[in-house]
Amino acid sequence: MVATGQLSVKDGDVLLLVGTMKGLFLFRSGETRKRWEMGGPHFPGLAVYASAYDGRQGRRRLWAAPQSMHWGAELVSSDDFGRRWDQPEVPRLKFPETAGTSLANIWQIAPGPPEESDTLYCGVQTAALFESKDAGKTWALNEGLWNHPHRAKWTPGGGGLCLHTILPDPAGRGRLTVAVSTGGVYRSEDRGRTWTSRNTGVRAEYLPDRYPEFGQCVHKIVHHASRPDRVFLQNHWGLYRSDDGGDSWKDIARGVPSDFGFCMAIHPRSPDTVFILPIESDGFRCVPEGKLRVYRTSDAGKSWKPLSRGLPQKDAFETVLRDAMSLDGLDPAGIYFGTRSGKVFASRDEGRTWNLVREGLPPVVSVKAAIVSLRPRARRSRRAA
Amino acid sequence: MPIEVTIPGPLRPFAGNQARVTLAGPAATAGEALERLWALHPGLKNRVVTEQGTIRPHVNVFVGADNVRDLEGLATPLPESCEIAILPAVSGGKKN
Repeated sequence: MVATGQLSVKDGDVLLLVGTMKGLFLFRSGETRKRWEMGGPHFPGLAVYASAYDGRQGRRRLWAAPQSMHWGAELVSSDDFGRRWDQPEVPRLKFPETAGTSLANIWQIAPGPPEESDTLYCGVQTAALFESKDAGKTWALNEGLWNHPHRAKWTPGGGGLCLHTILPDPAGRGRLTVAVSTGGVYRSEDRGRTWTSRNTGVRAEYLPDRYPEFGQCVHKIVHHASRPDRVFLQNHWGLYRSDDGGDSWKDIARGVPSDFGFCMAIHPRSPDTVFILPIESDGFRCVPEGKLRVYRTSDAGKSWKPLSRGLPQKDAFETVLRDAMSLDGLDPAGIYFGTRSGKVFASRDEGRTWNLVREGLPPVVSVKAAIVSLRPRARRSRRAA
Repeated sequence: MPIEVTIPGPLRPFAGNQARVTLAGPAATAGEALERLWALHPGLKNRVVTEQGTIRPHVNVFVGADNVRDLEGLATPLPESCEIAILPAVSGGKKN
């Protein structure tokens, strides 16, 4: 039986949650990010498409979504960095019997907006949004999106019909934006009660109407807390920016070797700095020219620069999936991504140079970076005051 | 006569770590027997059947040596005494 390695996480550590097709691996490093210690696999044999670290309200909680082909997908949590996982007798996420479908997988676990420190969201397959208002104790299906008239016409992409990205509004307006493959971008202005598609200008190569109201296969959307109406979108063919919260989208794909790709991540301090990893095509889902390159824009998509120092530049038949890139909040920011071939790469200088953290892992499907705080909550509050 | 249900290893934590659970008295169908199993161990239910109440695609339920999928599913009638086995299907492995 496989032994699960445990980490001794310290205050200020950078923690990587690396979800693979065969379990969740944790990596820790001090803030220099020079050496990485690995723990895991947690849930050996199970796919982990989604994980999250919730450090709000003094919590030190890991969330993970192990998916068993046999017994289904579950949402579990740990308050001690994976030594024990809380797996309730009755799974946390379930579709109501009346929904006529069953939970196939959990694709995203996202904390709520800043003013709602006990709110959590999950995006799932079959595409739907679940919400918790009590820090994950109880969950409910978002009925507004579930009952949207478009939903019956959403169709599965290669990974299944999933809601994979959730962007709560950091500006306190009650706005919530999600992305569905394939369905597109949907936005609510009333905390999730009603929803409207926001796909104007985003193309769908695989439909007779290339610019439909909905049905786009959006792979990832990101925004920054300081400018939440500026949203970037990596499409199944297409790279876009919106400056009006998704009301309209502008093509920003000049200067990249391909506008096909999956992952996209935003800089922790710059709303105009975004990282992507172009893929050659949907027919050949590997990096162009056998060169593993991250591309960065620092001017909101006007120009893109390849970042390849330290990454394989020959015969690199690599694929990086939609949730397999993440940044930490340090300065300079660390960037991390994992490949379908089981490699994890890290940069501690915002992409200028890269190092291989680990190879030989199962196929990586998700990477999340977090800075851990182990200081008591009361002490931090006094300091903040 | 009792009905004996074999619990697969990964689900035993949801059945008091038991490998076998005995249901007292007869059950008319496989579904009725499983409902009684859920009543004893609620954590088993959603891991064996979907929210829609159907047996998960990669889980098999046998009555004796017969897979209920080849019979009448959860409506498969049960003899007064029998053994039920819940087993992971060989089809459940990940492709990657």
